[in-house]
Amino acid sequence: MAYSEKYVAKSTTIASRLLGDETIVMSTVDSTLFSLNPTASAIWEAADGKTPLSRIVQEKLYVEFDITLEQARADAEEFIAELAAHGILVVYDRPIAQ
Amino acid sequence: MLRANVETDHQIVIEIGGVPIALHTTDPAFVEILQARFSDFFKAGMTPEFSFDVQLVPPGMFDPDADAEVWLENGQWRMERGDFRATWDPETRRGTIRQSANPYSIDSVLRICHTLLLARSGGFLLHASSGVRNGKAFLFSGLSEAGKTTIARLAPSDVELLTDEASYVRKVGLQYLACGTPFAGELGAPGKNISAPIDAVYLLAKAPQNSAVRMEPAEAIRRLMRNVLFFAHDAELVRLVFESVCAFVATVPVYELSFFPDQRVWELIG
Repeated sequence: MAYSEKYVAKSTTIASRLLGDETIVMSTVDSTLFSLNPTASAIWEAADGKTPLSRIVQEKLYVEFDITLEQARADAEEFIAELAAHGILVVYDRPIAQ
Repeated sequence: MLRANVETDHQIVIEIGGVPIALHTTDPAFVEILQARFSDFFKAGMTPEFSFDVQLVPPGMFDPDADAEVWLENGQWRMERGDFRATWDPETRRGTIRQSANPYSIDSVLRICHTLLLARSGGFLLHASSGVRNGKAFLFSGLSEAGKTTIARLAPSDVELLTDEASYVRKVGLQYLACGTPFAGELGAPGKNISAPIDAVYLLAKAPQNSAVRMEPAEAIRRLMRNVLFFAHDAELVRLVFESVCAFVATVPVYELSFFPDQRVWELIG
């Protein structure tokens, strides 16, 4: 798993709003809007740059949603790859400072 | 015999959304052009909050195909398009506009200035027509060809039109007001310089039948953001506009209005 032991954090160039279980994220660089479904929103909320992704998948997706661990990992991989490509999420090898 | 060529400074004040902005020019013919263009928004004798010196230059001095660019440089806003160059210092509240003697360039500079002011006060300019009925304002938003001007043209006689192009959304306390603007679309006429609390926003879609369906907040935010007029390359202000739209949607209902273009659509409004 490419991101399993990585740390993910929200970019500083975004604005976001949680509405129910959906999150709208906007890049303040180019005003692109992203809509996050409930599982993606759970990862987004937990993306503090200090918690390894494997723990987020285990605690936020596998436990809170009715999906298999395999599916949770696959969803997280896909979500992070996409948002990282847009610069909305930043992936680190080590936990970032507060 | 020596002759002094004395140029008289003319000040006119244009008030939009309750914000009076002074324009200074030495050309009396240009004053007449502006008075005709801004009619109801021209406020003689009002103390301005901001002012611009307008320097008239021959047409075609700049790249005519250049798109609007707005950015902050050394504490000054710079605004450029194919037909104007403008600067504006938020500290001193003064600016300059270089353009030819036409009313459209200054119209665009004023739009940009108001988007910058609104961004810091919880409001925004929306690509929408709007009108006041029974003391309540209704906004009709959509991209070009969505029907903004059509809805305005179909408005019954008890509706006072605020604009058919760019609606001014201003936050006052916990309330949102729609203010009239001189920013005209296909109607080619300025709106009335009045304001009223916003009762609803309708996102327009032409259809065989009329219906208004309330939108979920997330979808409303996504759709409204597409129609917000904002020009500046400034991440902080873009963030503020996004937050303003989110707060607005939490207060004001947003509907998708499917409409057949005849007067019956107004039976659903107000």
